[in-house]
Amino acid sequence: MKYRLGIDVGGTNTDAVIIDNNLNLIAKVKVPTTADVSTGIYEAMHHVLEESGVERDKIEYAMLGTTHCTNAIVERKRLNRVGVLRLGKPATEAIKPMTGWPEDLVEKIGRQYFLTGGGHEFDGRTISDFDENEVRKILRDLKGKVESIAVISVFSPVSSEHEERVAAIIREELGDFPVSLSHQIGSIGLLERENATILNAALVEVAKTTAEGFIKALEKENVTGAKVYLCQNDGTLMSADYAMKYPILTIACGPTNSIRGASFLAKNKDAIVLDVGGTTSDIGVVTNGFPRESAVAVEIGGVRTNFRMPDLISIGLGGGTIIREENGEIIIGPDSVGYRITEEALVFGGSTLTATDLAVRLGMCDLSDRSKVQNIDLKFAEKCFEKIKSMVEQAIEKIKLTSEPQPLILVGGGSILIPDELEGVSEVIRPENYEIANALGASIAQVSGQVEKIFDLSKMTREEAIKEAKETAKQEAIKAGADPDTVEVVEVEDVPLAYLPGNATRVRVKATGDLKG
Amino acid sequence: MKYIDKDNIEDIALGAALLGTGGGGDPYVGKLMALQAIEEHGPVPLLDPEDVPDDALIVPTAMMGAPTVLIEKIPSGEEIFRAFEGLKSYLNKDIYATVPIEAGGVNSMIPIAVAASLGLPLIDCDGMGRAFPELQMVTYHLYDISATPMMIADEKGNILMLKTIDNVWTERLARIATVEMGASVMISIYPMTGKELKKAAIRNIVTYSAKIGEAIRNSRNSSKSPVDACLEATGGIELFKGKIKDVSRKTEGGFARGEALLDGIDEYSGQNMKVQFQNENLIAIKNGKVVATVPDLICIVNLETAMPITTERLKYGNRVAVLGISCDAKWRTPRGIETVGPRYFGYDVDYVPVEKLAVK
Repeated sequence: MKYRLGIDVGGTNTDAVIIDNNLNLIAKVKVPTTADVSTGIYEAMHHVLEESGVERDKIEYAMLGTTHCTNAIVERKRLNRVGVLRLGKPATEAIKPMTGWPEDLVEKIGRQYFLTGGGHEFDGRTISDFDENEVRKILRDLKGKVESIAVISVFSPVSSEHEERVAAIIREELGDFPVSLSHQIGSIGLLERENATILNAALVEVAKTTAEGFIKALEKENVTGAKVYLCQNDGTLMSADYAMKYPILTIACGPTNSIRGASFLAKNKDAIVLDVGGTTSDIGVVTNGFPRESAVAVEIGGVRTNFRMPDLISIGLGGGTIIREENGEIIIGPDSVGYRITEEALVFGGSTLTATDLAVRLGMCDLSDRSKVQNIDLKFAEKCFEKIKSMVEQAIEKIKLTSEPQPLILVGGGSILIPDELEGVSEVIRPENYEIANALGASIAQVSGQVEKIFDLSKMTREEAIKEAKETAKQEAIKAGADPDTVEVVEVEDVPLAYLPGNATRVRVKATGDLKG
Repeated sequence: MKYIDKDNIEDIALGAALLGTGGGGDPYVGKLMALQAIEEHGPVPLLDPEDVPDDALIVPTAMMGAPTVLIEKIPSGEEIFRAFEGLKSYLNKDIYATVPIEAGGVNSMIPIAVAASLGLPLIDCDGMGRAFPELQMVTYHLYDISATPMMIADEKGNILMLKTIDNVWTERLARIATVEMGASVMISIYPMTGKELKKAAIRNIVTYSAKIGEAIRNSRNSSKSPVDACLEATGGIELFKGKIKDVSRKTEGGFARGEALLDGIDEYSGQNMKVQFQNENLIAIKNGKVVATVPDLICIVNLETAMPITTERLKYGNRVAVLGISCDAKWRTPRGIETVGPRYFGYDVDYVPVEKLAVK
């Protein structure tokens, strides 16, 4: 039997699991997340391998979901200086690269941007000639000033030709130099895609240390034969090599892993998922095994991007949430004692009344020393709980799509707070191993292929266009390492372009499949 | 507001996006263009139509084409200079001011960017009071003002002048040229005198947009719900609250037609609504009964934030409120209804004002 190792780095804990290739859980551990992130990963890895007793050479896949890249952007640390090349001139001159970015981030990344000829129209014609001499001149100018280059060509999701040509010239001029091509990163929407591409280019060093650090840690544990993957924010994986080139795609993979892990644990592909942590709870929806995606533009570290993130509602309710009574009114949080719960909560001998203390008082769970919470007035505890229940019910009502009651999967360490009966919920599912849903989500992640393109419908029918896009997406998934027998199309979106006489449509297709066993 | 400064942009864009009634595109790119132009050239004087001399030459400006293309192929910023220069030399007269053609995400912002970079004032009015898909769908047309001479300019440097026998021909020829030029172009159109403008334009649209935007923004820090704030600012009617359970789109007779189905929530629980749209929302049907039709405004907004949602962004699962807002009285004339009523868009429905339909 072969095995998989999955690790997820959260804000409070780093979780690790080992599962076999039939996806049975073999071992799990939870360690505190460390400030440098990496130490926590090594700790978790070491302990889970020890606990499992699995032979090291039987680990076939190793998956990591990590916050390294998010932290680097938010903290503005260890970012590379980036040269930005935008192709499409004279189009796009009205808005310069990095417009609207926070000033301190622009400082870190530098202001080395250039606009030059090239780029395409929506139907694939070129806007202006690709100027090879000017590209070479710009590259020579950038030499020594930047550590990474971002290339963005107008309508590159329709035709990547000019971005590829720049990449080839960079290889000639600068050798093996980090290059980020925008068509690999985002969809239509130049500024958002450009933003993501520049951030990506700024992250290559962080990504390299992270991925190489993970590989090195595996080697130290004598796990030498495993294929190494990093988790993406859409619930699928990318190889460590690819992740070093396109690290931005790892941003915010945590909530996705949690939702996918919950769905797997509960053996339910369509449900609401409630992940209760120490400070907040995230409510999301799993549809056909994948998180429902948010429709609004997402900001990362103050920069607008067009990433698809899980549609989540967060509420200030967790195991450590502080409960107060002011002028006869009960106030639930939103502050929390967080990871200090084992020192500060009443039930652990502390002096702060937390949500967990209420749950123990009401007999919903048994923790530490029950006698420490017997002084809480039972009526008061019940009243508090009514309020917590109604907070959760409101959030569930907001995220639901139909008025029909739906199943709710509960995961996360704080899920003991949630009662079994909730309005709008047909059934509360508390899967076994609910506390390590994230790491499990990482270890069961699939691989995917995606395509987005504008089709000219005067040359083909809409059905033909969608069929072509589906085929391309499936091929991309197989290229990424999917078992061809398991590849299926999970998403098709087809939106005609407004204000054009009905002959152009934007098609986006995603296909996913299991890793080849 | 005598000047439009950077601080006003966000409110105007938000209010105009709402008035775009599902069309008019995402204001993001237009907003950045307006901000950059004001930063480089200073604030834009905003004139009341009454302060415009009768013989002054006024030229409306707009972006024409697909908003989806605009967000990818951003303008060079030079297009409109060429269009204005072309018109100026053809008419042999200086241009006094510019004015929006419509209220919508993109085209509320473009004229501000144009005014700032050309050093012209902007006049506080437009030709729709909302968004519409075709060039003859402006109140200017109702008063027999000719759309041409019209200039179409792309970022590559091409300029095209049209001189047509009527405004429907202008639409027909300009649409084809727009696609050929890359589906996102700048136009200067309906050159007219100050006197004509005073007669034909819909007044105060810029200040009205700003007022709506401000009301939505302020409601975020108050106890009033953003949707209620929005209704108060527009005098609109809440038609429905619900979740989108299906969005379907198909191409029919050259038109991209779509339909959003909503399941009611809160006090609308158990009820349903169907919103039919092309580029904009056109018909709202509640429990099988028509409750609002074009040219009245049917706006779909996020239920929690009142942020307007364009038809291209309508998505399964959105939690929304549907609002009905009365259109300008100029559209409620027989010629107005003939130009932009439900039958023009191919729906077999008579126009009845929303305030009559929705109260029943």
